[in-house]
Amino acid sequence: MKKVYATAAEALDGLLQDGMFIAAGGFGLCGIPELLIAAIRDAGTKDLTVASNNCGVDDFGLGILLQTRQIRKMISSYVGENAEFMRQYLSGELELEFNPQGTLAERMRAGGCGIPGFYTKTGVGTVIAEGKEHKEFGGQTYILEHGIVADLSIVKAWKADDTGNLVFRKTARNFNPPAAMCGRVCVAEVEEIVPRGSLDPDLIHLPGIYVHRIVQGQHEKRIEQRTVRKREDA
Amino acid sequence: MPWDRNQMAARAAQELKDGMYVNLGIGIPTLVANYVGDKDITLQSENGMLGMGPFPFEGEEDPDVINAGKQTITELNRTAYFDSATSFGMIRGGKIAAAILGAMEVSENGDLANWMIPGKLIKGMGGAMDLVAGVGRVIVVMDHTNKAGESKVLRECTLPLTGKGVVDRIITNLGVLDVVPGGLRIVECAEGVTEDELRAATEATIVS
Repeated sequence: MKKVYATAAEALDGLLQDGMFIAAGGFGLCGIPELLIAAIRDAGTKDLTVASNNCGVDDFGLGILLQTRQIRKMISSYVGENAEFMRQYLSGELELEFNPQGTLAERMRAGGCGIPGFYTKTGVGTVIAEGKEHKEFGGQTYILEHGIVADLSIVKAWKADDTGNLVFRKTARNFNPPAAMCGRVCVAEVEEIVPRGSLDPDLIHLPGIYVHRIVQGQHEKRIEQRTVRKREDA
Repeated sequence: MPWDRNQMAARAAQELKDGMYVNLGIGIPTLVANYVGDKDITLQSENGMLGMGPFPFEGEEDPDVINAGKQTITELNRTAYFDSATSFGMIRGGKIAAAILGAMEVSENGDLANWMIPGKLIKGMGGAMDLVAGVGRVIVVMDHTNKAGESKVLRECTLPLTGKGVVDRIITNLGVLDVVPGGLRIVECAEGVTEDELRAATEATIVS
């Protein structure tokens, strides 16, 4: 079965539907599926629910789907650095479900692993716990969180082979593996598709079973906060 | 004289012991890394890195190497990378010895509020709720009072909580307090700050 597609638009062909639920990898602007996000903007798919740790910045990453009003609801842990997000949320145009970061990552992982729910101490005694089942284990209170299964996952990796085995680079791995796992269909954009057999099988980060379509492309990889030290400080 | 930001960070660094895996929050907690000295401390960044190095030299920034504050950083020869689910697995699983975090408010029973101000600031909790629920020891570093001079060390928090009964130790510009049964216990005062001054700036119950 052919997994490699020539463009992001072709890789998404037939997968997009208004009102669908998308899980996206990335942390801030690091390791985001920027080509697939742009292709979704161009496709005009609307009323999206998107699970992603952040929502990009105003003019990059998932932020561009806010500008075009294609997102109806976000499931995120942190939405600072995005003025348009705040404006749409405060005006009631955008629905927002805050998830603690680790809860969001585990919800994705669990959903992909066939685990419908799990108990966690995270958020007990806070607004996050309101309305959720509480249960004691060993004298400690935990709350029930549900696994996420998305209609579509969009992720970014460093390298892939044509069977969809993925290798990520440094902290650009972040939410990409759990996001990929929780999708009924997963499309991965990569910096390089390498010949079959050239990735060390012991060093595959995400096996190709989770990845249905792959596209190679040029990435801007924008830096959100450029922090440096001067040479004389060394 | 109360402690300044760097003195607070230096005091917080004294909490860290050789061999510890530690998560540092944004702001003053980030400065703690400058004061660990010869101690063998491994810094965790919850976006998926153990063994966080300093900021890169100009021109050597790598968009694929950032910390949880989205700042460019560097790796060390001991660094390991992993995904977000694994990262919070080690946090939730109690493998991280301590987290040093900033706060808007702390209460006498160890409640922490540091993620939102209703109607004013809606950024999200990020990984803070997971950290305070999971790590071995939670140390808060913050100014003792807000800009209006009101105590941030309270009987009860007024802002939405990040965690309930999670704080172990509070380090402020005025001194160090521990959360103990019945309230807070003064561990030490900043140089030049009297115990009376510390008590006067604290709304929370202080037990002797």
